[in-house]
Amino acid sequence: MNANDIDQQTLLQNEKDPLTHTPVHLLSLEGVGKHYGNIIALSDVTMAVDNGRVTCVLGDNGAGKSTLIKIIAGLHQHDAGVLNVMGEERKFDSPRDALDAGIATVYQDLAVVPLMPIWRNFFLGSELTSGFGPFKSMDVEKMKEITLKELAAMGIDLRDVEQPIGQLSGGERQCVAIARAVYFGAKVLILDEPTAALGVKQSGVVLRYILQARDRGLGVIFITHNPHHAFPVGDRFLLLKRGKSIGYYDKKDITLDELTAQMAGGAELAELAHELEQLGGHGDIVKEVKGEVADVTQTTGKTYG
Amino acid sequence: MTITQTKTKAGSAAADERVAKRSPFQKLLGRPEIGALVGAIVLFVFFALVSPTFTQPNAFATVLYGSSTIGIMAVGVSLLMIGGEFDLSTGVAVISSALTASMFSWYFSTNVWVGVGLALLVSLGIGYVNGWILMKTKLPSFIVTLATFLMLTGLNLGLTRLIGGGVSSPSISNMEGFDSARAVFASSVNIAGVDVKITVFIWIALVAVATWVLMRTRVGNWIFAVGGDANAARAVGVPVKATKIGLFMGVGFCGWILGMHNLFAFDTVQSGEGVGNEFLYIIAAVIGGCLLTGGYGSAIGGAIGAFIFGMANKGIVYAQWNPDWFKFFLGLMLLLATIVNLIVKRRAELK
Repeated sequence: MNANDIDQQTLLQNEKDPLTHTPVHLLSLEGVGKHYGNIIALSDVTMAVDNGRVTCVLGDNGAGKSTLIKIIAGLHQHDAGVLNVMGEERKFDSPRDALDAGIATVYQDLAVVPLMPIWRNFFLGSELTSGFGPFKSMDVEKMKEITLKELAAMGIDLRDVEQPIGQLSGGERQCVAIARAVYFGAKVLILDEPTAALGVKQSGVVLRYILQARDRGLGVIFITHNPHHAFPVGDRFLLLKRGKSIGYYDKKDITLDELTAQMAGGAELAELAHELEQLGGHGDIVKEVKGEVADVTQTTGKTYG
Repeated sequence: MTITQTKTKAGSAAADERVAKRSPFQKLLGRPEIGALVGAIVLFVFFALVSPTFTQPNAFATVLYGSSTIGIMAVGVSLLMIGGEFDLSTGVAVISSALTASMFSWYFSTNVWVGVGLALLVSLGIGYVNGWILMKTKLPSFIVTLATFLMLTGLNLGLTRLIGGGVSSPSISNMEGFDSARAVFASSVNIAGVDVKITVFIWIALVAVATWVLMRTRVGNWIFAVGGDANAARAVGVPVKATKIGLFMGVGFCGWILGMHNLFAFDTVQSGEGVGNEFLYIIAAVIGGCLLTGGYGSAIGGAIGAFIFGMANKGIVYAQWNPDWFKFFLGLMLLLATIVNLIVKRRAELK
């Protein structure tokens, strides 16, 4: 079955993996952990990715998001738990390994070489060649053509594939990176904070590409610290904090407010209000923060302070 | 998704109205070697005017020969520089290669071709070791190759004295295979009454192969990528280590060709030679538009850089000036070329 034929509807009807018709996840992590020396960067993370679904990983800076994607992308190896691809246990030795397993990553710094033309970047590491033996050369015309076509299919309006990719805007570069991953048959697409450095409008554009990738049948892992970006596109949400999972929800089990509250950390807000009160003289701010705490308490059903 | 669809239609149209037609002249201005090309033309016209002998076929063949001895190395060094590294050991590595060939065949009284083959292995080996240490330690290539440069300088002198008992290698002109090796590495080809050294043709062939590799092969794509952003290249599956080590070995290969030329043109080699030449190769590459920071440049640029060097070197002689001025001239060229490159890079990175 072609991955392109799968839409959200067929997926929702039976909760099985559409490629194999067996109840396995495209990618799943069970109790995965990683430490650098005596520093525990990640512990006991469980999550799953399916075709045509977006799994969001949320967390503040230093929550372990980067470590998690580095493990899935093959840059680091996990030292606890199990990583399954199509139900088969794997441990990736290199990014190439992960790519071969159909896992493509669009990094925060995008993994593009600014001085190189767009088409060279698009095919970097997976160039098309013709001829054989020592006379194998790149099929430049075909590569340029495909680049233009694939980017157009993602809705990226490109002027000239010969221009250095450094001349594109952040959002456009992001989209080139996504289109590249989609073209090279990625089954799982990892997006590392694609909206972090973008403006409101550009973020909207990128979120739309995420949905397009999903509708093309890819399993998407969307890493962000912004619940407002995650909630509209996500199907599952994994919340990380200090290297630990603090929650893993289906979309039907959680609201945007609850998600935001979990992210904001009600306890921290309560503490801040307390400190300000002790300092005195910040009446307005204390009131405001207390209001926030009340909101958080209401939505999560826990009490703080 | 209606917005996207209309956009798609506009994007797939063959000619986009927002892309202004660039004239061939403007396209040329975007090339890395343009600064060097303009410099080369200016220099050629200048010497043609001040020295009537400069444009004579024989004198020009000499200029080309001078350029080729720098240019052969500049090919390897340019590619290495595009790959983001540079090599200070090239000057003495050329001599190491020549010494290996002559000393080995002399000491064991073998056919000189055996020595030539061994020298190739040694040259590639030096390149491999440079690249391997660099990749293992992640030290800057400046430090690693400076160390290799010093060690090779010492080895050249020390081993030559130990084996041959002098500062130069013994003459091998009477040995078996010398004539055929000379025909390959140091002969001349007569074209319309003008003797053109074979190194000129080797040089042109190397530039052609290097340009093809850079522009039209996967490896070329990888070379640009490892120089432009090694981390990004690694993340998309480019074998960064192998590419960089390969580039160092490419420099070794060029060094072998030049070393063999030096040996068979004169039949002996001075063990203390070569020091300082590494900078000439780097200068040729930089004048030719290769960025010191990597990721940008061309093999043709390096060739034009070497040609500028050859013209300046011989032109001063033909113009009957004091050659003392040559170095000043070279320094000035380097400075101007680097400034032009800087402007080019800024423009390329500009949004």
